[in-house]
Amino acid sequence: MGRLSVNLCGIELDNPVIPASGTFGFGYEFAELYDINCLGTFSFKGTTKDARFGNPTPRIAECAMGMINAVGLQNPGVEKVIAEELPKLKKCFNKPVMANVSGFSVDDYAYTCEKLDKEEQVGWLEVNVSCPNVHGGGMSFGTDPKAAAEVTRAVKAVTSKPVIVKLSPNVTDIVSIAKACEQAGADGISLINTMLGMRIDLNKRQPVIKNKMGGFSGAAIFPVAVRMVYQVSNAVEIPVIGMGGVSSAEDVIEMMMAGATAVEIGAANLINPFACRDIINELPDTLDKYKINEIKDIIGVVE
Amino acid sequence: MKQVLFSITENIPLTENVYRMTLSGDCSDITAPGQFVNIKLDGLFLRRPISVCDINGDELTIIYKVVGKGTEMMSKMSEGTILDVLTGLGNGYNLSKCGETPVLLGGGVGVPPMYMLAKRLIEQGKRVSVILGFNTKSEIFYEDEFKSLGCDVTVTTVDGSYGIKGFVTDALPSDYSYFCCCGPEPMLKAVFKSTKTSGQFSFEERMGCGFGACMGCSCKTVTGYKRICKDGPVLEKEEILWED
Repeated sequence: MGRLSVNLCGIELDNPVIPASGTFGFGYEFAELYDINCLGTFSFKGTTKDARFGNPTPRIAECAMGMINAVGLQNPGVEKVIAEELPKLKKCFNKPVMANVSGFSVDDYAYTCEKLDKEEQVGWLEVNVSCPNVHGGGMSFGTDPKAAAEVTRAVKAVTSKPVIVKLSPNVTDIVSIAKACEQAGADGISLINTMLGMRIDLNKRQPVIKNKMGGFSGAAIFPVAVRMVYQVSNAVEIPVIGMGGVSSAEDVIEMMMAGATAVEIGAANLINPFACRDIINELPDTLDKYKINEIKDIIGVVE
Repeated sequence: MKQVLFSITENIPLTENVYRMTLSGDCSDITAPGQFVNIKLDGLFLRRPISVCDINGDELTIIYKVVGKGTEMMSKMSEGTILDVLTGLGNGYNLSKCGETPVLLGGGVGVPPMYMLAKRLIEQGKRVSVILGFNTKSEIFYEDEFKSLGCDVTVTTVDGSYGIKGFVTDALPSDYSYFCCCGPEPMLKAVFKSTKTSGQFSFEERMGCGFGACMGCSCKTVTGYKRICKDGPVLEKEEILWED
């Protein structure tokens, strides 16, 4: 165990850096560029019960220090992920991977998680509760403590792997949702998912994105993410993964000081495909700079 | 894909708002005409994808139209400026399907990728016809450059101020082995309807990463979902599904 190692829900990571779901595919695009075994782990592309194309294009818009996406969970569906993507991943990644799961009903989540639970390389299930609940009037599971807890319980019932619930920031009280998930048996919390945003094309007098709105991510949302990670990690006993606009080794340390045990990096991968590798390489010098011996010593040091 | 630092060696206007930039750096990852590069610009979050017009050893040529903040910034850059560029993106055109007498159709800033394609086809001894479409005479560029390659060049303008009045499809020769095209979507649709042979189309879409990671630019095709940036931008006629 080196000075960068952390323990995430019982599994040791060489370092706390985790590419976030939706920005890293199933890993192999990046494995062509660098040895992705340098990562702590990564969270693979959000997987649903059935295959999805996602939303109509355009589904990307640029913002100051960030971007909006409305991809809409394009993925080949859990059966194909298991049959086609995971075997490819196994050839380029020899660590436990984080399986990111989405659903549109409680049964969807349970179905997909039960399938992925049987996959040896899956170390953790990261459950994205930001999707609309089709049986609950379309409201996102993540905006209602009861619905988030219900999803957590359903997933816990079908897996023995650690369950990390990924929370949406588009709520009035994220702490109450995190606590509800913890009480329902979640082994960890990750936050924040993207913030709902919108851009307008002045020439066309129309939204840039066909779906009108989408998820805002990138460096611009970092302070909001730090604040929410701080609030949640002070309210729950389970580990918290911090994410939202992390773009540098110093951002990783800031997120961990706020209370994160590990850190996910999303949009930065899309601008610099080597971002995670570069950040991992910069961490030792950055620890020296701030007189940190082992990175786990700073988790939640901010009171 | 490679991340390469390029140095600008020339950046000049070809028309009122179309510029040609030549850059010096490692072009070894650019393997096919129709590929693109993705350029990081200071202060802008997303990179700017621009199609490759030509490569010559360590020299990369791109032609871009000023359409927004990014391309406006680029138009003001001076020689010697260093740019962080991801190179060798996208599939590019498949030359092996082009036959002996291909026709290449480029509309507006869809013209540049046709240059390297024409050059490669001529090198292979093909008889290449090129149809360049513009709105009006003042927007025309690269007619002479294509002629210098040895192509049979026809120019069309929508307003009839130069060459044949109309669209690129109004100038299609009676006989050709294959076609390749790049331009705005209405042009691509017209080419799709007007051509009798197989062919390849280069598409545009708003991209996040440009290298297949974010799924921002996906489209539906006959053979499944494809990412314009990674599985495209060039698609074959037979696999295209038009969506309105």
